[in-house]
Amino acid sequence: MEPTIHRFILRYSLKEQIVIMLVTAVSLPFYYFILDLPKTIVNRAIQGKNFPQDFYFWSLDQIPYLITLCFVFLALVFINARFKFYINIMKGRLGERMLRRLRYELYSRILRFPLPHFRKVSQGEIIPMITSEVEALGGFIGDALVLPLHQGGLLLTALFFMFVQDPLLGTFAIALYPLQAYVIPKMQRKVNLLGKERVKVIRKVADRISDTVSGIAEVHVHGTSTYERADFAERMGAIYRIRFDIFQRKFLVKQLNSNIAQLTPFFFYLFGGYLVIAGDLSIGALVAVLAAYKDLAPPWKELLTFYQSQADAVIKYEQVIEQFQPEGMAPAELQEPAPETMPAPSADDRLGIANLAVSDDGGGKLVDGVSFDMGLNEHIAIVGPAGSGKEHLANAIARLVAPSGGRIQLGTDDLLTQPEWRSAQRIAYVGQSSYLFTGTVRENLIYVLKQRPRKAANLDGATAAQRKQWLVEATRAGNSDFDITADWIDYSAAGVADAAELATRCIRMLAVVDLDDDVYQFGLRGTIDPKARPALAARILEARVALRERLKGGEMAALVEPFDEARYNTNATVAENVLFGTQVGPAFDVEKLAENAYVLSVLEKVGLTADLIAMGRKVAETMVELFAGLPPTHEFFAEYSFISSEDLPEFQALLGRTAKIAQAEIRPEDRSRLLSLPFKLIPARHRLGLIDEPMQRRLLEARAAFAANLPANLAKSVEFFRSDSYNAAGTLQDNILFGKVAYGQAQAGARIGKLITEVLATLDLRDAIIEVGIDFSVGVGGSRMSAAQRQKLALARALLRRPQLLICNESTALLDTQAQGKVMDNILRELKGRGVLWVLHRAAFARAFDRIVIMRDGKIVSQGKFADLEGPGAPLHEMLAAE
Amino acid sequence: MSLQEEVELLRNIPLFAKVEPAKLKLLAFTSQRLTFEPGQALFKQGDMADAAYIIIGGEAEVLVNTPKGEMAVAVVGRNAIVGEIAILCDVPRTATVRAKSKLETLMIAKDLFYRLINEFPSMAVEIMRELARRLEKTTAQLREAMTQIANR
Repeated sequence: MEPTIHRFILRYSLKEQIVIMLVTAVSLPFYYFILDLPKTIVNRAIQGKNFPQDFYFWSLDQIPYLITLCFVFLALVFINARFKFYINIMKGRLGERMLRRLRYELYSRILRFPLPHFRKVSQGEIIPMITSEVEALGGFIGDALVLPLHQGGLLLTALFFMFVQDPLLGTFAIALYPLQAYVIPKMQRKVNLLGKERVKVIRKVADRISDTVSGIAEVHVHGTSTYERADFAERMGAIYRIRFDIFQRKFLVKQLNSNIAQLTPFFFYLFGGYLVIAGDLSIGALVAVLAAYKDLAPPWKELLTFYQSQADAVIKYEQVIEQFQPEGMAPAELQEPAPETMPAPSADDRLGIANLAVSDDGGGKLVDGVSFDMGLNEHIAIVGPAGSGKEHLANAIARLVAPSGGRIQLGTDDLLTQPEWRSAQRIAYVGQSSYLFTGTVRENLIYVLKQRPRKAANLDGATAAQRKQWLVEATRAGNSDFDITADWIDYSAAGVADAAELATRCIRMLAVVDLDDDVYQFGLRGTIDPKARPALAARILEARVALRERLKGGEMAALVEPFDEARYNTNATVAENVLFGTQVGPAFDVEKLAENAYVLSVLEKVGLTADLIAMGRKVAETMVELFAGLPPTHEFFAEYSFISSEDLPEFQALLGRTAKIAQAEIRPEDRSRLLSLPFKLIPARHRLGLIDEPMQRRLLEARAAFAANLPANLAKSVEFFRSDSYNAAGTLQDNILFGKVAYGQAQAGARIGKLITEVLATLDLRDAIIEVGIDFSVGVGGSRMSAAQRQKLALARALLRRPQLLICNESTALLDTQAQGKVMDNILRELKGRGVLWVLHRAAFARAFDRIVIMRDGKIVSQGKFADLEGPGAPLHEMLAAE
Repeated sequence: MSLQEEVELLRNIPLFAKVEPAKLKLLAFTSQRLTFEPGQALFKQGDMADAAYIIIGGEAEVLVNTPKGEMAVAVVGRNAIVGEIAILCDVPRTATVRAKSKLETLMIAKDLFYRLINEFPSMAVEIMRELARRLEKTTAQLREAMTQIANR
C-alpha cells in the first residue's frame, strides 16, 4: 500500500484531481469579475457622469447602464454558484470513490492476513479502522489538491484585486499573515499529537467493548460488572483528558485567528478612511476593498481548516495502514479468482510431504521434519498424545499455517504456491470447532460451492443496465466487479445438475453426518409461505387429515384437542379461543388484547365485558392469595403466575379499591388491567373453574363476532384456524397437529411427536420437512445450534463438494462417543476411493482406517496397519490402554 | 376437576393433613395433574429426578432392575407418594414406577416439595414416618432373605 495519503491520492486520482483543478481555474476569472463589478457600479454607474457611456458595442444612458451592470452581476453570481456546485459534486464523488477503494483494499488485506496474526489483533480494533476511522479521509481526499488551489486562488484573486486598488491597503490586508503562518502550525502540531493518541485510545476502547461482549458470561458469573465499569470509566477518563486538551488548543487557535482577522478592518478604516478624505482613494475603491476583504476571510479560514484536517488525515492514514501490513501476508496471487472452467484434477495424484517443519511464535518445533506420502484413495489416521504436533501437521496441509520448512506436493504441484481456489477444489478441511456464518443451514452448506459467479443473474433490460452501471462504478474504485447477485453455485463441484438435485444432495449429506433428524425437527418448527409452495402446503394438509385419522378413537385420542370452529378448546387460552387463529404482528398480542379497540367492541357486542372483568377480578384474587406469600424472585412467578411479582402489590391495591364499588365505577385503567387477565386463562391447565359451559358458549359467540366483523386493516393481523386451509403463521407442526396437546396426559408431547413422525414417514414427507428445515436460520455465528450440530454441519459442507482429500482435525471430538463412531463410519463410507487424513483424539477410532501414522514430539514414530500396531509392545497398545 | 376440588382431595392425604389451605392451593395450582395409561411409566430407574408424584387414583407398581429383569417390589395406590427418595437425596431414580391401571397423579416439582417440607414440619415428620415404615419393611425383607440364604 502507498505509505502516505498523498501518494495514495496521486496514484489513484491524479487524473480526476487535474480535471477538478482545471475547472476550478476556469472559475477564478468569474470570481474576479464579481469582485470588480461593484466598483464599476458605484463609481461609473451611480456616481458617474458623461452619459451615455459605452458598454462594449452599445452606448447606454445612466439608468439602463446601471440596470445592465446589475444584471451582469446577477448572471455572474449564478455562474459562480453553478461552478461551486459542480466542483463540490466532483470532489464528493472523487472522495467517495477513493474511500471505497481504501476500504476495499483494507478488507482485502484482512483476507490475506496470516492466520496467527488474528491472535494478536482483535475484531474490536480492526472493525472501527475500516468503518469509522477512515470515513473522514473521504472528505479530505476530495479536497486534497483542489482546496488549497481553489481557496488559495480565491485568496490570491482577492489580494491581487486589493493591490490593484491600492497597494498600501493590500499590504494591510496581509500584514498579519506571516504571524499566523508561523504561530498556528506550531500550536497545531501539539493538537495533532493528541489526535494521534486519541485514535489509539479509542481503538483500545473498541477492543475492550468487544472483549466484554465476548466474555459477557464470565462477567455475569464472576460478578465483575463493577470492575468492568470502573475499567471502562478509566478509559473514558483518558479520552476525556485528551479531548479536553484538544479543545483547549483548538479554540485557542481559533480565537487567535479571529482576533487577527478583526485587526485588519481596523487598519482599513483608519488608513483607507484617511486616504479617501485626503483624496488619494475613491470611495468606490474603498467599498470594493472592504467587500473584497469580507471575501478574503472565508478562503483564509478554509485554508487554515484544511491545514488542520490535512494533518489529521495524514496521521489517520498512517495509523490505519500500519495495522494492515503484518509480516507474512499471503501474496495477492494466492487469492486470484477461480477460472470460469475449472481444470479437472487428476485422480492419480498423490499427496507427498517431505521434511515438513512447523514452528511456533518462539521458534520451537511443533512439527519436526515429517515426511510421508499418501494416495488420494487412502484413509489415513494420525494419532499421538497431546503435544505430538499432529494437529499442526493437519493445519499445515490445509494451508492454515505456513510451514517453516519442507515441501507439500499434490501430484506435481507445489501445494503451498497454488492459488487457494485450486487447493480448495481438491482438499477440504474441518477443524475442531468450525464457524458457521449468519444465515440458514442451506446457505452454510452451499457456501463451499461459491468460488466465483457461474451464471449471470437473470435481469431484464432496465435492471440489467443499472446493474452494469453499478459494476462499472465498482471498477472505478478498484473494487471487485464480480456480481454478488449472480448465481455463484458451482453445481458440478457437488456433482449435481441443478438446484433441485443440490437440495437432494444436501439432505443426503446431512444424513451422512447424522444431522438429518435435527434438521427435520427444525423443519417441523419452521414456517412456509403456502402461496410460494402450494404443493407442500397441500401435502401438509394431507398429513393433518392422516394424523386425525390415526388419532380417531385410538388410545391417543385424548392427547390432542383439535381446533373446531364450533367447539371451545379447553387446552387453549381464552385469547386463542376468541381469535381462533394465530396472531400476526403486534395488533393482537395477548398482553395488549384488553386495550385493542376492536376486541373491546366485540366483547361489548356479545355482552361479555362485564363478565370478563368479574372473571379478571377472580383471577387477580386467586393470584394474590396464592403468590402474595412468595418472595418476589421466586421462579413460580415466571412459570405460573398471571401477574408478575412487581405488579402484584399494584393488583392487591386495585382489588382493595374496587372491592366495594359497582363495576361501572371502576376506573378505566383498572378495568383494562382486570380485563387483561382472563385472556391468558387455559381452563385445562389452570383449573380455576371460571370458564364453565355457558361461558364457553358465550366465548364462542365472541369468536364468531370477531371473525364476522374483522375490519380490513386488521385482516392481516390474524391467521384463522381453518381445517381445510394452511395456516401461514403457524409452524409445520402446528399445521399438522391443528389443535392443542392436552394438559394432564403423561408425555403427551413426546408421544404426539412420535406419531407425527410416523404419519409423515408413511406419506413420504420426511425429506420435504428436512428441506424446510435447511432454511432454518443458524443464528449469529451458528449460536442457535449446539456445538455438536455446528460440527456436523461443517462436516456436511466439506463433503458436499466431493473433495479428493478430506482433512479432519479432531473434527468429531465435540460429539459424544457413540455419535462420533457413527459419523466417522458414515464419512469413511461416503469417501470410499477418495483420500481421508484424519487426526484422531482417540486412538481407538483408528481401527477403521487403512493406515495409521503415529506421531510424538513433532515426529512420525511409526506407521502401519492397525492390526500390526495394536499388539502388546506395539506403539498403539499403550495409547489404547490409556483411553 | 377444579382447583377447589383438588385442594379438598389433597387435604385428605395424610401427608398434607396439617398443611394450611392456602399452601395446598398453591401446591395444587403449581402441580401438574397427570394421567397415565396402564403400562406407562411415571419414571424409570436411573433417570434424573425432578419431581415426586402423589397418587390420586388407580394403582402403580414399583419395579427394580435385577440381573433377571424387572422385579416388582411393591404396589402402591391412592394417597401414596412415590419418587420422593430421588429428590430428597439427589440421586437417580432408584426404581421404576409403572401404572398398573389408569392412574391419576399429581406431579410435584422438586423445589415446591422442598419448600413445603421446610415450611411444614408436620409434613417432614409424615415423610419421615413413611420412610421409616418402608425401611422397617425393607429390613424385614432383608432379614427373611438372609435367613433363606443361611438355611440353603
